Order: sequence, then C-alpha cells, then structure tokens
Amino acid sequence: MRTAVALAAILVAIALQTTLATMMFRGGTAIDLVLIVVVYVSIKSGPSTGLLAGTVAGLIQDALSSGILGIGGLAKTVVGFLSGVLGTQFIVTAPLPRFLLLLVATALHAAIFMGLYTLLNLRQFPAPYPSIVGQAFGNAFVGVVGFQLIEWFPGFVDRRRAGRFLKR
Amino acid sequence: MAIADIRQRPGFLLAAAILLHVILISAQVNTASGLPILQVVTFGSFAEVQRATMATLGGVRGMWSGYVALQQVQQENNALKHELQSLQVSLQQERAEAQRTDNLRQLLELRERAKLDTVAAEVIAGAASPDFRTVTIDKGSSEDLATDMAVISPAGVVGRVILPSRRASKVQLLIDRNAAAGALIERTRVQGVVIGIGDGTLKMQYVPGTADVKTGDLVVTSGIDGIYPKGFVIGTVDRTDRGDGAYHEIVVRPAVDFSRLEEVLIVRTPPASRGLIEEPK
Repeated sequence: MRTAVALAAILVAIALQTTLATMMFRGGTAIDLVLIVVVYVSIKSGPSTGLLAGTVAGLIQDALSSGILGIGGLAKTVVGFLSGVLGTQFIVTAPLPRFLLLLVATALHAAIFMGLYTLLNLRQFPAPYPSIVGQAFGNAFVGVVGFQLIEWFPGFVDRRRAGRFLKR
Repeated sequence: MAIADIRQRPGFLLAAAILLHVILISAQVNTASGLPILQVVTFGSFAEVQRATMATLGGVRGMWSGYVALQQVQQENNALKHELQSLQVSLQQERAEAQRTDNLRQLLELRERAKLDTVAAEVIAGAASPDFRTVTIDKGSSEDLATDMAVISPAGVVGRVILPSRRASKVQLLIDRNAAAGALIERTRVQGVVIGIGDGTLKMQYVPGTADVKTGDLVVTSGIDGIYPKGFVIGTVDRTDRGDGAYHEIVVRPAVDFSRLEEVLIVRTPPASRGLIEEPK
C-alpha cells in the first residue's frame, strides 16, 4: 500500500513537473518536484523504499528527458537511499532539519548528475553554482511547505470532524 | 531470497540499483546511434498520461470556475450583474478566441511565406527535468514527423524533433545545452554556430575576431546543419566581446519567447529540397 502511494506521488510529481515547467521556464528557479517527493518518501519509509522510489522516479524523468537514461536515476537512487538512512538515524520532523536535508539532497543530486555528465564528456555545465544554490533553496522551501501541508491536512480534517461531533 | 528479506538489506539493494544504472548508462554511452527502445516506449506511454493530465486539469478548472460563477449568481441574485458577468465572460472568451486566431493567422502566414511542407502542432507539456529544455507536442509519427525535423514559430526557430512517438513528439529547444544550429549574421553574412547554454540565452561561436559584429545585429539560420531551413530568425546579438582568442564571444538573445510557446510548425520538407524563406512584404 505504502509503495503504491509512493509510486502515485512520484507520477503526480512528474506530471506536475512537466505541466508546470512551461510556466517556470524563464526567470524563476527551476524546482525539482520529483526530487522533493523522493526525499519525502525516503524520510517517511526508510532507505529501501527511498532508493526504489529514487530509481523509479529518476528513470522515468530520464526517459522523458533528452539525456542519458540512468544518470538522473542513479543520482536520485543515491539521494533516496541516503535520505532514508538519515530519516531513520535522526529525527527529521521539524521544518529546519528538513530544510537542511533538502538543501543537502539537492546539492548531492546536482553533484552526481552534473559530475557524471562531465565525467563522461556528454555535457558541459559552465558556472553551475548559482543555479544549484537557487534550486537547493527553492526545493528546500517548497519541500518544507509541502511536507507541513501534507502532514497538517489529515489532522485538520479530523479536528473539524471531532469539533462538529462535540457541537451536536 | 524473498522480496521482504531483500528490503531488510538496503545496502545490497543500493549496490544492485547502482549496478543496474551503471550498466544502463554504459550501454547508451557506447552506442554510436539509434534511440533506446525503453526511452521511446516510456515517452510514448507517458505522453498519453500527460495528455490525460492536461485534459483532467482543464476539466477540473472548468468545473471549478463554473461552480464559483454559479454561486456568485445565486448569492447576488441580481439580473443586471448577472448579465454584466455573462458579457464579461463572453468578452474574455472573444479575446481568447481572437488571440488564438491571431496566433494561428501568424502561423498560416509563416507557412505560406516559407513554402515548406509544414504541420502545425500544439505544445502539451514541458520538460520532465529542469536540467533539460524540451517540450512535448501533440503530433507524432502518425503525422509523418521524424527525428531532426526543424520546429519553428512565427517569431523564429524553436528547436528540433528528437523523439517522435505515434501521437506525440519531444522537441529539443534551441536553448538546451545540447542544442546547436548553423547561423549567420544577417547584416554581414558572417557565419558561425549558435549553441544553447541552458540559461535561456544562446552563444554564437566560431565567428572570427576580425568580423564586423554589432549589438542588435540579427542572427538567422545558415542552413548548413541540414536541419534548420536557411533564413529563419534565431535572435539578436545581445553582447559581443573579442575576449583573448581569435574568435568573438557573442551572446544572442533568442527571438522566441520559450516560456510562452503554444503553437508551433514542424518542417517536414527534406533539407535538399528546401528553398530560402521569402522576406515578408
């Protein structure tokens, strides 16, 4: 069940990424919604589910992009695994640790992704640091807000139901 | 070993996943040409998901706006206001229709001017990864689209088809890091190569330092790459610098606003039978 939910979340993130990408082309930071979902699944479900989520999400993203199939998958697999390990070893429920985790995850993802492309001499990334920093902060901000909303919403609905019940 | 046991050993799972990826990457890097079947199948299948997502989003948006509008009408219970709102909605629809008609008219004019065998397509999705500048269009091999066909718009060159499936195609935009096109400065006919640098601008390379290049010069396709027809606008020279080497360092601002791409034309004419685009009267 948990795997199915994770898979559905990844598919929704990819669909949103492909539909929202046209609106964020120029100007704003390019946020990687799929990476955010992989990190969330990893800290909630552990390293095994995290790395599987990273593999599936990365491979689908690679297949839909014009790059080499597997490079994004490898980057997201490693990020999913390490996020899962950190999620089991440390308490990452507060916004600040999650913000830091998303910053590090984005930087690691970019390092593996760009590193492999550069190593294989397939693409060049002139002056990549400003875009990595921008994407890291963008992912961290959107991720933390998204995580809080996801976890706040079921409790909010329960409280509303309980409130109505007590009024009766 | 049962699947549950494997999941208890994340280290093994990680090693297996990394090995799988390395094999996958190696297979592709070593291949000289051709598209991976997995990529084509995944893209073709997901294009349908993208199409369905867009349709669902449109339906939900339509239901939502219809519901809200109806509630407002009930609450206000004011015939005049209702009429006014209806008129405003009609006006907006007319404007949207006019805008779309204008876009299509421009496309039609371009098609007639270029005298090329083209097919119009609509952009249905953007790039799946922020590292690539691609879009998905709603026409594919069923409309005789093939790899390396040029994609243009009334403003100028958009990119090329890189992955056609039956009912959709992936288009690599000219601003992608891997994109390039043969180009020339229209005023002086100096030739070079325009490449994408991934940040929304273009760079023109291999223009000799002795050549006459000025800010504001129009950059058009030279046609030597065998993909883009000759004479189409790429952009204007935004900045030029002699640098240290023997070549100019030229930054080109694209003529096309890639954030607002809606309709495009795909050139189906083979490179050998193409003529020069006619100048607009």
